[in-house]
Amino acid sequence: MEGPMTFPGQVHETADGGILVTKLDDVINWARSNSLWPLVFGTSCCAIEMMSAAGAKHDWSRFGFEVARATPRQADLIIVAGTIVMKMAPVLKRLYDQMPEPKYVIAMGACTISGGPFFYNTYSVVKGVDHVIPVDVYIPGCPPRPEALLHSMITLQEKIKHEQYFKKKIEDVR
Amino acid sequence: MNNEELKSSISAILPTAIYDETGEFLNVNIASEELYPLINELRSKNEFDFDYLFCLTCIDWKYHLIMVYHLLSKTHQHTIVLKAKISNRENSEIETVCNIWRTAEMLEREVFDLFGVKFINHPDLRRLFLTDDWNGYPLRKDYVDENMISL
Repeated sequence: MEGPMTFPGQVHETADGGILVTKLDDVINWARSNSLWPLVFGTSCCAIEMMSAAGAKHDWSRFGFEVARATPRQADLIIVAGTIVMKMAPVLKRLYDQMPEPKYVIAMGACTISGGPFFYNTYSVVKGVDHVIPVDVYIPGCPPRPEALLHSMITLQEKIKHEQYFKKKIEDVR
Repeated sequence: MNNEELKSSISAILPTAIYDETGEFLNVNIASEELYPLINELRSKNEFDFDYLFCLTCIDWKYHLIMVYHLLSKTHQHTIVLKAKISNRENSEIETVCNIWRTAEMLEREVFDLFGVKFINHPDLRRLFLTDDWNGYPLRKDYVDENMISL
């Protein structure tokens, strides 16, 4: 695993500057994965752990997540932290639709993965957030520890680093 | 008033009331048609002065519904639980109490939302928590949820 600050490419020094040899995909993915802007979105107790991960002790800024946005139009990552009820589902879908491409989703905790340990099989709860929006990374737990959230975010960065910008299919975008 | 005094005073208004003292509070079992005249007296008469409705809910007993009213008097410090039986489960309706206690407006909307009890003369009877296009009443025993996962 390469470090987040390792630039993908070689710089050949010349007299008046230098020549950079790299792949466009690598540069785009490097830039995207190290500056993910999460949406301020939390629906229950997982959001408390998410806030803890953003706070001083765990500090997700170390991995490039510090610019949390209160509007989906400026965010490219949504961490679904908490139970999604039937009434919330259309709101979540709209938030996701308002986010510009490329956009990523982390499903945090048992409720977002399957409906949850408390409200499981209840009329009011969506039984897995992937019924509503596509999910990139799932983290089990109730709630997952901040370390687990950080791990999932680093996993997402690894996933982004293997994307192929010019080979992305239209179906993948939608 | 203690429970015995409450019982005799309520029986003076409604002789058909049946009492049950097995719970924490005195339970008064009545039929849904008898509710409004009785509950009006309980609020307005000084000897009762039930000025606080602290809980309003419903129970589905599969063949009938029971509306439950927890009443407290802040002046006399006595409490009763009024249970009104709604025999017609399919077309369940009962008189609203929200002109007596304003708090009942929201509580009755919740009961309407989840049990489907129609409150006669309620000023704004709509669903409270669920979406307006929701089918059925989820806290009824015979509610079928097509999204339920069977293992």
